[in-house]
Amino acid sequence: MLKVFTTTGKYVMLMKRVFTRPQKRVIFTNQLLTEINNLGVDSLGIVAFISMFMGAVVAIQTAYNIDNPLIPMSMVGFTTRQSIILEFSPTVISLILAGKVGSRIASEIGTMRVTEQIDALEIMGVNSANYLIFPKIIASILINPVLIIFSMWLGILGGWIAMTASGLVSTNDFVRGIRVDFEGYTIFYALTKTVVFAFIISSVSGFFGYETKGGALEVGQASTKAVVFSSVIIILFNLILTQLLLT
Amino acid sequence: MIEARNIEKSFGGHHVLKNASCLFEKGKTNLIIGQSGSGKTVLMKCLVGLFEVDKGKIFYDDRDFTTMNFEQRKTLRREIGMLFQGGALFDSMNVEQNVMFPLNMFTTKSLKEKQERVNFVLHRVNLENVNSLMPSELSGGMRKRVAIARAIAMNPQYLFCDEPNSGLDPQTSGVIDHLIREITQEYNITTIVNTHDMNSVLSIGDRVVFILNGELWWKGNMETILHTDNPELNKFVFGTELTSRLKQ
Repeated sequence: MLKVFTTTGKYVMLMKRVFTRPQKRVIFTNQLLTEINNLGVDSLGIVAFISMFMGAVVAIQTAYNIDNPLIPMSMVGFTTRQSIILEFSPTVISLILAGKVGSRIASEIGTMRVTEQIDALEIMGVNSANYLIFPKIIASILINPVLIIFSMWLGILGGWIAMTASGLVSTNDFVRGIRVDFEGYTIFYALTKTVVFAFIISSVSGFFGYETKGGALEVGQASTKAVVFSSVIIILFNLILTQLLLT
Repeated sequence: MIEARNIEKSFGGHHVLKNASCLFEKGKTNLIIGQSGSGKTVLMKCLVGLFEVDKGKIFYDDRDFTTMNFEQRKTLRREIGMLFQGGALFDSMNVEQNVMFPLNMFTTKSLKEKQERVNFVLHRVNLENVNSLMPSELSGGMRKRVAIARAIAMNPQYLFCDEPNSGLDPQTSGVIDHLIREITQEYNITTIVNTHDMNSVLSIGDRVVFILNGELWWKGNMETILHTDNPELNKFVFGTELTSRLKQ
């Protein structure tokens, strides 16, 4: 228990150093653009692949489970939309990003720590926590909502392709289902979760990378810890945010 | 000039530095020697503030480093250059970007001025046409020289070198040693070098302090070290087959 408090304390202290004004705006802007590319654009492929197939699976499973003739087939489109927007895209894709982006951040910063590159920054008079972690947090907060909207769109598209290809549901029924009882608030809810999860992924991974001590083995351990802790915290915050925003 | 007064540092229950006091003079290469694990690197990291001392004071030309806040230390650190054991070059940047990094961070010079400065310091460490190479494409000696170029890019007043010869062949070690000494004298800076290489001690040791088990055991220079009657230092200096045979 004491370890949890110590680690939380260290995390808060690190965030205090991270959230300061960057040394130079031009350098920060360049880093931000690089991180948007590294953390966001590089993740487009995996997000697209998983979203398309998951959307298709959700639609097929829903269609096979509707055996009551009183339930309209447009329910498939409705269920696919709700599942994708409310839970799959913001939470499951964030968990996947926790694995992909989180391990990248932790191993990059961890390697810099064990090869004394962070010490070199400190000796030069650079606030290394701010220089290394702040652009990653801001980049994640900016690019993850874009990835999630992209995922929502592709998930629903995957569902539609699966339905029309298999002939289980007609395009008309599927599209009617997508449009029925749509509330814009669900998008707000999903994007709010996404922003919180983006912060968790980048800051927790940055923390574990920054606190790495030792060598290559410890960098691997930091990377694993970053993914595990980010995922657990995301799951906890998913419950808290759902309770706060949907009830 | 850098002065350490009664420095103490522990990790857990392990007392690494015990009441260490020493003076490092300006314009001279001050060497800290000792066996691996004797506390050399800890002393150097305490001097630059990477470790906080438990007790004692550190002065940079009468400026008390131990009582400085984060911002004051940041300002002072712009006067410090450091060469790390592995070079600590930024992997994601090429040679030019590495050397230009402190100039980008702390100066308002134009790109042309910065490039001129980069080329000047690279030339100073005898490196030409390497600007676009990545650190992974450099040899160990070249990495060290790029690291020296980066360390002197901002015209530091204090230069710290942590085992500059580790992993280098004797000939390249000699080149790095002489480069450090030349730069020290040319720019009249205070240079502190951590080493356990006796070749370095005998070729550039203007002042030498010997540390054993975290305690300051002996002070002298490259001349007096060979004639000392300190048994522990003798064991260190003449500890290898080669040096013991030469002594005989």
